Order: sequence, then C-alpha cells, then structure tokens
Amino acid sequence: MKVKINGEELEATAGQTVLEVAKKAGIEIPTLCYLKDKNEIGVCRICMVKVEGGGGGYEPAFVLQVSDGLEIETNTPEVRELRRLNLELILANHPQDCLSCERSLNCELQGLSKELGVDGSRFAGKRIEHQLDESTPSLIRDPNKCVKCRRCVSVCNDSQGVKVLFPNNRGFETLIAPFFNKDLDEVACSLCGQCLHACPVAAIKENDAIDNVWEALNDDNQHVVVQIAPAVRVSIGEEFGVEPGTPMTNKLVTACRKLGFDKVFDTDFTADLTIMEEGHELLSRLKEGGPFPLLTSCSPGWIKYVEHFHNDFLPNLSSCKSPQQMFGALAKSYYADIENLSREEITVVSVMPCTAKKFEATREEMMKDGSQDVDLVLTTRELARMLKMTGVDFLNLSGSDFDDPLGISTGAADIFGVTGGVMEAALRTVYEKLTGEELSGLRLTEAKGLTGVREAKIELSNQTIKVAVVSGLGNASKVLEAVKRGEKEYHFIEAMACPGGCVGGGGQPIPTNEEIVMKRGQGLYNINNSKSLRKSHENPVIQELYEEYLEGVGNKKAHQLLHTTYQKRAK
Amino acid sequence: MEAVIKEIIVGYESEKTPLISILHRVQDKLGYLSEEVLKLVAKYLDLPLSKVYGVASFYTLLDTEEKGENIVRVCESAPCHVKGSMNVLTELKSELGIDIGETTKDNKFSLELTSCLGVCGVAPAIMVNDQVYGNLTAKKLEEILEKY
Amino acid sequence: MAFYRGHILVCTGQECKQKGGKEVERILVKELKRFGLNDEIKVISTDCLGACEAGPLMVIYPEGVYYGGVQIEDVREIVEEHLLKGRRVNRLLYEMDESEENVTAHHKKDIFSDEMRIVLRNCGLIDPEDIKDYIGRDGYRALGIALTRLTPKEVITMIEDSGLRGRGGAGFPAGLKWKFTHQADGDEKYVVANADEGEPGTSKDRLIMEGDPHTLLESMAIAGYAVGADTGYIYVRGEYQLAVSRLKKAIEQAEELGVLGKNLFDSDFDFEIKIREGAGAYVCGEETALLRSIEGERGEPQIKPPYPPNEGLWGQPTLINNVETLANIPVIIQKGADWFSKIGIENCTGTKVFTLSGDVMNEGLVEVPMGTTLREIIEGFGGGMADGREFKVAQTGGTSGGCIPKELLDTPMDYDSLAEVGSALGSGALLIMDESHCIVDIAKCFMHFFEHESCGKCTPCREGNTRMYEMLDRISKGESNLKDLDKLRDLANVMSKTALCGLGQAAPTSIYSTLDYFKDEYLAHITAKVCITGDCQELVTQREEGERKGETA
Repeated sequence: MKVKINGEELEATAGQTVLEVAKKAGIEIPTLCYLKDKNEIGVCRICMVKVEGGGGGYEPAFVLQVSDGLEIETNTPEVRELRRLNLELILANHPQDCLSCERSLNCELQGLSKELGVDGSRFAGKRIEHQLDESTPSLIRDPNKCVKCRRCVSVCNDSQGVKVLFPNNRGFETLIAPFFNKDLDEVACSLCGQCLHACPVAAIKENDAIDNVWEALNDDNQHVVVQIAPAVRVSIGEEFGVEPGTPMTNKLVTACRKLGFDKVFDTDFTADLTIMEEGHELLSRLKEGGPFPLLTSCSPGWIKYVEHFHNDFLPNLSSCKSPQQMFGALAKSYYADIENLSREEITVVSVMPCTAKKFEATREEMMKDGSQDVDLVLTTRELARMLKMTGVDFLNLSGSDFDDPLGISTGAADIFGVTGGVMEAALRTVYEKLTGEELSGLRLTEAKGLTGVREAKIELSNQTIKVAVVSGLGNASKVLEAVKRGEKEYHFIEAMACPGGCVGGGGQPIPTNEEIVMKRGQGLYNINNSKSLRKSHENPVIQELYEEYLEGVGNKKAHQLLHTTYQKRAK
Repeated sequence: MEAVIKEIIVGYESEKTPLISILHRVQDKLGYLSEEVLKLVAKYLDLPLSKVYGVASFYTLLDTEEKGENIVRVCESAPCHVKGSMNVLTELKSELGIDIGETTKDNKFSLELTSCLGVCGVAPAIMVNDQVYGNLTAKKLEEILEKY
Repeated sequence: MAFYRGHILVCTGQECKQKGGKEVERILVKELKRFGLNDEIKVISTDCLGACEAGPLMVIYPEGVYYGGVQIEDVREIVEEHLLKGRRVNRLLYEMDESEENVTAHHKKDIFSDEMRIVLRNCGLIDPEDIKDYIGRDGYRALGIALTRLTPKEVITMIEDSGLRGRGGAGFPAGLKWKFTHQADGDEKYVVANADEGEPGTSKDRLIMEGDPHTLLESMAIAGYAVGADTGYIYVRGEYQLAVSRLKKAIEQAEELGVLGKNLFDSDFDFEIKIREGAGAYVCGEETALLRSIEGERGEPQIKPPYPPNEGLWGQPTLINNVETLANIPVIIQKGADWFSKIGIENCTGTKVFTLSGDVMNEGLVEVPMGTTLREIIEGFGGGMADGREFKVAQTGGTSGGCIPKELLDTPMDYDSLAEVGSALGSGALLIMDESHCIVDIAKCFMHFFEHESCGKCTPCREGNTRMYEMLDRISKGESNLKDLDKLRDLANVMSKTALCGLGQAAPTSIYSTLDYFKDEYLAHITAKVCITGDCQELVTQREEGERKGETA
C-alpha cells in the first residue's frame, strides 16, 4: 500500500506503524516512553504526528498503523510545537541539574531537549520533593528525576517478573515506586538493574563505589587487587566509542594498573574453578539421583530472585559461590598466603557488569570473621568513569597481561558472560570426565511451549541428561513453574538474571539493548575461539591450586572456601 | 484480621478480577487498608504487593492511611463552588481545627474534599461517612458535627 | 393482592431526604395506621420527583395532587383533610391553582411544555423496588419483542435507524457500536453499563438507577442479545450506594421472575448481570479506564486502537454504553426507530436529560428533546434566574464542557451546536451562574478538579492541569502578567490535541471558552489587578491595603 509522509509517497505493508515506515524513509520521529515490544503504552506524547484528512488529529506514531492512502505530517510547525510543549512540561517537573548528573551526555531527556530545540521550561511551578532511596548497595532510586515513562515498570513487571516497581498514587502525585513507597531493601527486588537500563534519565542509577575505591587505592597500608569479570572486556570499549563486542582485555589490564591497583587479576580464573566445583556437584547429584534440576548460582540477581519468589527451589541451587566470591575467598586466603599478607591488609575490588554483584559482596554468607571477601564492586560504567577522571587515554594504551597466579584462564571461562556459556563450559568438562571424549559443541534448541528458553539432551556414558538455558528472570521463572507443574524435567538449568546473560547486565554501558547485547556475546565467543585452552579442567593453575592448596576437587577445604548457603526471603 | 480477609476473598471466588470489590469490603470491615492488610490481600489473591498498593492508592475512596472515626468530605465541584462551598470549607477547617487531609487530635474527624456528590439541588453539600447533608450554613454545620 | 383506593408517592431522593422526606414518610405511615387507612392507602417511597426545590414532596394518586415543602407537622393535616375528608390542603399544594394567589415560580415546572420523558418515563411513578410496578408500565415488553420477534441484526438496525447517539459525552452513534461489537470475534462478549457518573453537576444516571433500575437491566439484556453477549456488568460509581442496593434488588427480582438468567422468553438466550462498584476516580468514566477498573487495575485509560468493541473487557469484544443511552432502548424497540428519530433534531435524535443547577429558581432534572435552547430550559424549567440577578455564564456538559455567555443563550442544546460554540453537551450538566461570580475563580475551580482527577498517565494531562491551575491561581492573586494568557493557550492547545484520553483533551475546554468570551475579565485581573465580583479574595485584600496605605500616605 501507499502512504504519504510529509508529502513523500512511500511503500508500506499492513501492520507497520508510522514510526517504522518513517524510519525506513530516513525520517526520525522522536520517542521517549516507547520501548519496542516492551513499553508500548503511549504516555509521554512526544512522538505525536499529524494525521491529515478525515477526522484528523494527532496520534502517537508508534501506535498508528498504516492504511492505504494515509497522509501523515511529522514536521509541521505545530507538530514540533506540541512535542516541545510536552517536553517543556516534563522539564518543569525535573531538577534539570544536568551539569552534575551522572547521565549527562547520555540522557534521553537531555538529547530530546536539544533535538526539539527546547530553550527552558516556561511552566516552572511546584515540584514534589522525594527522598532518595539509597537503601541497597546496588541501586539508587531518585524519583525527583523520574519522567513517568514507565519503562522501568514494564521491564520490572513483564520482562523480569520481579514486580516491585509500580505506579502509586495518581495525577501529579504519581510516583513510580515499590509497595507503600518502601525502599528497595524492604521489598523483593532482585537488584538486577534492568530498570536502570530502561530508564531514559538518572531516576535509577548504581550506588557508586568510586570514592571508596579511590580511598583504598590511596591507602599505603592496603594491598589492592582487582578482578575483572568476563563480560566487562567486551563492553568497556563502548564507553570510549568502540563498537560493542570488541575485546579490550589487554588495554583494560594496563588501564587498571595505571589506576594504581597492585595486582590485576581475572575473574575468568575463578570461573574455571566454578566449573570444576559445579561440574563435580552435577556428577555427584547424578550419582545420588538428585535433587534435580541443579540450578546455576553465578548470577546474584537470580539467586536473590529465587530466595524471594521460588524458595522451595533453594536445595536445587548449586552451592558453589559465584566466580566473584570464589575469587574473593581465594584472594584473602591462597593469594594472601603467597604474598604473606594478612586478610586485613588486602582490599579486593571487582569490576562487574552487574549491579546485583554489589549486593552479593555484602551478603552475610560471604563474610569471614566479620569482613567481606570482596570489599568493593565497581560496574563497567564506574570503571570507565574512573579512567576518564584520571585521564587514562584508554584507546591508545599498549596492552598487557593479567598478573599471576589468578590471571590464567581458559576459553570456557570467557563464555561465562553470555547466556548458555556456563552450561557449555560445564558440559565440556563433565562430558569429558564421563565419556573420555571431547564435547563437540552444545546444540541448544528452543524449548517447546517456553519462549526464551533453550534446551538440549546430552548422551553421557550410561544416561541422557537434559539441560536448559534461560536468561531474564521472567523467562527463568517460567521454567521453574513448568518444572514445578511437572511439564518439564531437567537435570541442569543455567539461569541468568539479565536478558542475554552478563553481557546484558545492569552494570553495563548505557545503552544496553538486544542488538548490543548480541554483539557483546559474540565478542566473548570470539575470545574463546582465540584461546588454545578451552576446557576449565585444562587450566594449569587450577590443577596446581587443587593439588597444592585445596586438597582435591570436592574436598572439605574446597567446600569451606568455595561453597555457600542461601536463605528464604519474603515475597 | 487474616480470617476476615480470607472470608471476604472466598466470597468472591467465582468472580473474575475482583480486587477492587474486595478492597472495598475489606476496608468496610477493617477501617483502612494498612500495609499489613494489603499484604494479606496480595497473598490470598496471589497478586504482586506493588500492584495491590498501586491500585489502592489510585482510588480516593480507598484509604491506605488511618483516618478519623468520621470522614467529612466537602464537595468541591463547580455547582457547590458557586453556592459557596469555600465558605463551608473555611468554616469546617476552623471548627475542626484541621486542614484538608488531616485528622483531629481526638481522632474523631478527618477532613477531605470530594468531587460531585450529585446533589447539586441542595448545594453546597458535604458527606459525613455515608450521609449527605445539603443547603449548608454555618449554624447547620455546627449542628451536624455535634451529631458525631 | 390487596386493592388500594389510593397511593401516596413520597419522594426520598437525595434532596428531599435532606429536607426530611424520610421522616415525613415514617410519620405518614404512622398516621395512616392511626386512622385505619393503612389497608386503603399505600405509601410508596420513590426516587427524585424532579422538583427538588419544593421538597419534601409527595403526590397523592389517583388525584395526582402534589404537596410540597411538607413538614412532619403537616402530615396529620394532609391525612385528615385530604384522605379522610377529601379536601385539598391548599397551603401545601404544589400544583398551580387558579384560585390561589401564592403562585411561585416552581409551578412553572409543571407546565414546562417542552418536557418529554423517555428515559425518565418511570422515575417517580413506580416503586423502584417492585418489579411488578415496572412490568405494569410495559416493563420487559421490549425484551420480549426483541427475543421473540427480532433477530439480533434487526435490533441493531433499529438502533441504527433511530439515530440514537451515546449520552455519555462523546455522542458516538450507538447503533454503530452495537454493530461493531456484534461483528467482532471473541470467545466471550460483554455488555457494560457505564454508571460511573462523575461529571460534576450531573445526577441523571443516579436517578435512573435509583428510580427505575429495571429499565437499565432490560436494556442491557436487549443489548446482550443484539451483540451476542451473555454477561453484563454495571460499573456504578462508588458513592452511589442507594443505586447499588436498588440495582441488586432489581437483579434479584428479575432473576426470580425469569427475565434475567437462562433461556429468557423461552429462547436459547441467557443473560446475567453483575455489579461492580467504582472506588472514587472520575477518569473511570472513560471507557477504557472503566474496563481496567473492572479488571482490578488502576483506572487508567489505554491507547486506542484497540477499541472496546474489538478488544474490551479481558480482551474480549465489549459493548459499553452510558446508562442514559441504554434507558432509551426499550422505548425504541416498542415504539420503533421511526418514532424515535422524529424526536429532537436531525443528526441528534431523541431527548436529553439535563441536570440544572446553580443560580436558577428551580434546580433539578429535566428531560427535553434534543435541540431545545438553553434559554428555554433556564426560563421554562428553571423558572428564570434566582434572586433577580442577571445571567452571566452557563457551563454546559459539566466540568469537561465549556462556558457559554449571555449572547449565546439561544444555542440549541445538542452535540453539534454546542461544539460549534466551543462547548459540549457532555453529560447534560447545566451550571447556571449569575453576575456575582468571577470567571477566573470559576476557571480555577474547574482546573482544581482536573488536577485532582487526572490519572497521571500521560504528560499533558498530568503536568498540564497542575500548571494551568497554578497560572489561574497567580492570575487570581494578581501575580501574573500578560504572558500567562499565551501560556494558558499553549497549554490548552497541547492538552486538547495530545492528551491520551477524553479527560485530558476536554480539561481545557472551559479555559478556551472563558478566554474567548470573558477575556476582559482576565485582563482586569492581570493588568488592573481587579476582581469586580470580589471572589478573588487576595485581589480585594491587596486593593484595600493599597487604599489604606494611600490614605495614610
């Protein structure tokens, strides 16, 4: 069919929206509340276009479907004026402290304001002052900045199924917040941080640990080590204008040294270790007949979610600590012994693609003698900010390698950061242990009746094991429900809180969207392919660690250091 | 409390999406929709807490905060406005010594505004609990308040 | 069934109740017993008889004599004189009596020739709590006709041919809605009666539900048959408790009698009706918001499409009509589309119930053919302006409507004529104001309402109403400048063109119309800092202080 946009005749097909047709024709229509397939509620009224003829009037471009002969104007003076007025109204109820705002230059509201030529709001008036919610180590909610686009509400409720954020009150007093306007630490929030990615402004941001890291780095009495998670190396480049998925591992190591870290280590190392421990756990459950399914435990958002919403599955969770926490435990024992340092003299900092990791580090189960194994957690974004603060010319750095001994890893560890990676890494090791043969790739197919869930059957020596891989808490919840109802049976499920796995984590650069997440994931597989060692059990340092320190896989000492417990939390 | 809520919810078992009806009945029985009450409603209806509160806080007839024994609602709609509802409001404020949205110290009265009560023939009007009073004068207000 | 020689209808509508109607009724029953008349005369408490100014009101049948302003102490006299001795109590008569001198303006109401009752045909004449009264006045006959003689398509054609338009405010052709819902595919379909009457200054739906609940039930069943729905919901405003209890009773009786339930009139058509109460949100009068509320959600309007006839309640095809719209249906079925389409004017057939309030002699409800002029209603039914003051402005269509100045008093009251002058027919609210009211103060009152009732979902309504109120507030306090007038227009523009639902789009209607018709008054506030009526207290105080200072200086 034919439609006319701004007088130009365009070819369109039924079911397309004006927004889509216009975009194809090189006409950008500004949007704010719209998130394709996620938040299509049409509340900000920024994308309004003029419908010519007939009843006429103004319609939101993402709702309006094309019909033959439809005539649309996207760029008349009045269209521009109406968009500008709505934006002015939003700005009148916004702090406009852009100069000191974390999202400055990466803020959709700021961008729109420039794009639409808004030169201040003429409608200044009352504003409702809200307290910041700084209750968790992971996230800060600043309702003063909220533009009520409800993108976070859709993501929290529909995609993630956590359902803690909701519109409260009404009218001018509408407040996007948890139950009874409580703080996040009082509700069943997983702290996954997907709301943060949904937020166009800085109404939700990470609880910044930068100052504390500086303090540690400036403390001469502290030996400060840093560990870097797999997913960070393929995304940090974006903060410096590099294409998503580009591996920046070696520059990242050099950059961390420049910041003053005494040692730069790799969370990949303990990812390999996790595979050893978790693989062992799977094998012993297979021997003992359960409990099944075994659930992975490396995603702290997922763990917290299970503790709140599915705590009948707590015995199914792998008792393995996450790679971050295994690292912390080893850094303050094994590594401390090597360096002849006491626990108190070491500060462990991690750089994670994740906001829930900040919470994980503070869990009481992760404490030893009253102190944390991992002291401070930075997100990818925070590390980038630190580099910018110190004037490190990131893109022009020469690369270097991680320090020994906690810096050696296999390709199996790199793919931890992408959905399906933990499963594949674990099966590479388990398969070989049981069959003596190498696993030739893991072929996952879409699970019947469960969108967003992939599954596989693997023939082991004397039995078939069924596994599933899922990312995004909403999808993960569906798998557990299906298992509970007896519709699905699995031996092993890999679950990640964030869509796409850690590459899509709440601590990753903004923007994070499906396309970008795919590219980052591909980047991790590229690193895996470039490594000669791709199976965790082939990691020579891991072998040495087991022989010299942990007294063998699954041994008591390993258990004490590398395993944990979970707790029931209220819904 | 739990038993009351359970019983009300059981009564709506055959109804689809009866949340608002249930909140009405629960409030009738328990006075207001406290945090504790809403938690139980959410639990037995298997709804997210955030949604139950989001719904309760949307509607003006549902109270999530404790109110006085009697709620005085002054109609603020135009027909009452032109017949002097602002004077009624001023009178009530000074009589009760509270502002809109507040409750008297003895917990006897809460003062609120309401939209049209549909009794414009006797404007200005107020509603005390379920009872509507119209053609108000200062003297009449005094008499009305004395009844409670 | 006992035979009574007479019936006394005692009005216990809200207004009469206020004035002691209930107590009058109680004493009346007692007095009748005392005189042993309780087997001869039946007392029926009815809903609003429509002459609220004269309450408490009663009518004695078969004579059809009205007594107004009846106090407890008058009851005995009425019983002794009228019922026992057959002599009218002249001093309480409400009917115009040529021999009497004390004719008041109220009486004009009864000779208001333009009044024509279709939707209010039974209100005040039947006992709303007795289905037999309704059946006695041809109740449920239309349902019988539809089910036994007409196909659903024929019913829809009749409604289409009648020209009936939705009485909720937008004026969408009812027949079309019925047709769309009929044509839509769905596992289940619903009929929803919009009884969330929240428009300030409107009480027509309440009157219908309290005074003639079966009309609504019958209409919904006919609609269900026509569109293929077997369940109906009545969404009643939470404040309307009496209406809810009357409707509940009516449903019970209708089910007992088999006019609701299974196999109605021996057909294979089943229909049940459920009641849902609102919880205090004006925006739930908007159809998609109303449906969300039934679904147990926040009553927030949704973007359209999809429209309710295709995807409504729980995603199923849903016909949603206003109570007044529905109340026309049985009459159309019985008397025919042709008969109905001749009432009113072209493109706007039938009657409209107006709720008249404000500075007129007689306030209350009146049903007149579409196209009756505002002047006719004010001077006829309303009995002219009260207290001899001059008419200044009328707001038509409730707070969402616009304001009409004196020059436009002859505007016909119908959807299109009112839209042309920048106002709206809306719910039929008519608020008449005299010269003692300040236009800025009134506009402020309107915006205060919208600030409170905006659901907060879309930007222009959530933010715009608040900013508009703030600006009007500044104008009323002498704190504004001429730029504010442009800003007001800008806001009105963005709200009316880009708000998500009718509430936000209609909110600035009164601002537009007052800016158009009363610009001078705004200017007086802004530039001269004068409010001639004295309603804007701050300006008056400022002036007085200024004068005092002037004196001392």
